Amino acid sequence: MAKFKETTRVIVPGQTYAGIDDVIAEPIERDLFKTPRWWWIALSIALPIAGLWVFSVFWLITHGIGIFGNNQPVAWAYPIVNFVWWIGIGHAGTLISAVLLLFRQQWRTSINRAAEAMTLFAVVNAGLYPILHLGRPWVFYWLFPYPNTQGLWPQFRSPLDWDLFAIGTYASVSALFWYIGLIPDFASLRDRAKGSFMQWFYGLLSLGWTGSAKAWQRYGRAYLILGAVSFPLVLSVHSTIALDFSVAQLPGWNNTILPPYFVAGAVFAGFAFVLILMIPLRKAYGLKHVITMNHLENSAKMMLATGMIVLYGYALELFMGWYSGVEFERYTYWSRVFGDHGWAFWLLIFFNGLMIQPLWFKSVRTNTKWLFFIAVMVSIGMWLERFVIVIVSLTTDFMPSSWGDFHATFWDRSLYFGTFGVFFTLWLLFIRLFPAIASSEMKELVHHDNSHGHSEVHS
Amino acid sequence: MSKELFGLAAEFNSPEEIIEAAKKANSAGYKNMDAYVPFPIEDLPNALGQKETRLGWVVLGMAIIGALTGFFMQYYANTYFYPLNAGGKPMNSWPNFVIITFEFTILFSAFTAGLFMLGRNGLPRPYHPIFNMEKAQNITGDKFVLCIESKDKKFNLNKTKDFLASLNPNYVEEVEL
Repeated sequence: MAKFKETTRVIVPGQTYAGIDDVIAEPIERDLFKTPRWWWIALSIALPIAGLWVFSVFWLITHGIGIFGNNQPVAWAYPIVNFVWWIGIGHAGTLISAVLLLFRQQWRTSINRAAEAMTLFAVVNAGLYPILHLGRPWVFYWLFPYPNTQGLWPQFRSPLDWDLFAIGTYASVSALFWYIGLIPDFASLRDRAKGSFMQWFYGLLSLGWTGSAKAWQRYGRAYLILGAVSFPLVLSVHSTIALDFSVAQLPGWNNTILPPYFVAGAVFAGFAFVLILMIPLRKAYGLKHVITMNHLENSAKMMLATGMIVLYGYALELFMGWYSGVEFERYTYWSRVFGDHGWAFWLLIFFNGLMIQPLWFKSVRTNTKWLFFIAVMVSIGMWLERFVIVIVSLTTDFMPSSWGDFHATFWDRSLYFGTFGVFFTLWLLFIRLFPAIASSEMKELVHHDNSHGHSEVHS
Repeated sequence: MSKELFGLAAEFNSPEEIIEAAKKANSAGYKNMDAYVPFPIEDLPNALGQKETRLGWVVLGMAIIGALTGFFMQYYANTYFYPLNAGGKPMNSWPNFVIITFEFTILFSAFTAGLFMLGRNGLPRPYHPIFNMEKAQNITGDKFVLCIESKDKKFNLNKTKDFLASLNPNYVEEVEL
């Protein structure tokens, strides 16, 4: 493979269709024993952590929810904080694949597949949290409207049930979107396969895709529609999650700004996670000519923009708390900033507010080390944001007699830590077995680049 | 030639060439033909004389059905099956039903789009005659194939072969069924 220089264009010019296939399929077609060492090292770290997750879930199911620090008044603690955190991360994947598809942003093409995978794996972690938090996770299906001998329906007026529908739809539509996108690439891997197992495996996954013009026409239309329905879907999911809070009357939750500012926060955290995943991936797989500086810089810009919206949200929340004139609201926001958990608020402002300001400079946006560092900071900041909203608001509600504190237990932490193991195990398997970049879409991009000159394919 | 013939395939090297070939084949009056290409090419279905897909309309229909299902499921549960008076609010408290109605609409339309696409394309289908081409594996790589099927009314083995050869392909191949 030729060496390519760093570029700020969407793709490096002068690439061929076969070249695209080679670079995308090479890491997948490699013999099992020639899998790079970093992959094995990463997997050997991720797997035990995933094991910790499995063990924590086992412990939770056998011992009950009392192993967590949740209690009155903080009945929603780590499980909900982590649930919102993970699902927020997922949102950038859908945003990249659906919204940028509709706006015909060509820079989405080389990162959409990996971002969609990130969405799916984040939603796996997120979706399990509320179920594990139920107390009796094995009867979670009671939330679904299904014909049952008890003659009961779920409570459709409750935001908690809206959540189930929003997340259920989101998870299944994301999986469908991802799989449909993968079909032509599976066909390509099937046709390139050298061993009969590979041919069988990818042949099965490709469902017998032929690439006929008629099939492509339907495929293109279906893909566009999936993008078009995912756009409002992704906005609705985090809005619905925000409604879990804002429909409640708790001071600090009962706030109409929550849905839009949750969505902005989700995109903010999601783009940070995209950077955390892409910067090592492009280096490890030698994809610098496909995932270019342009992608990283655009992700950084998205992070900056949504970060500023989130910051505005914090300011407006405080203002509305004061402006409401309600004693409880005022007290909640005062204690959020200056109370016992004030440190969390100030750290949040530091991570989410101050740390993103260097992104105004192009030299920072095109420096992978800085970007990676800022993305990690933002991820921590967004976790703190949910901590502040969920836990700090719950500690001091209306009556001082019912105030309380929250202390995380070992299992709170081990389950959260374990979700990283689950995520990265799935991620590592994905980049080893599946094409991390949509090769048919990249070929389309090369075609446009070749036939329409270089002026159209820019940022 | 003892086996049955699926059609004649001609291989090309670029999207421009296959569009050109498709246009000529279309104006020569061939109907039962298709192109097999590694990525979607915008003008190709048009050049082949293929009709626009109805997928969008089907999705719209199913989206409406999804919305009605979502809403009336909640309406039925809350007003007829198990009316539960909460704070004297109306049984049909429709603002509360908006989100689930919306999610049903999305769920129905997304799965209709995906499954309709697969179903109409005949997938999953492990076998397709085009795979009998000697170099069929290049279709998903970087080659562009035009195949005129033997069931076409104008199909005549020698004439069609000559016609395809006149389009300047890499080669013309007989594809078995």
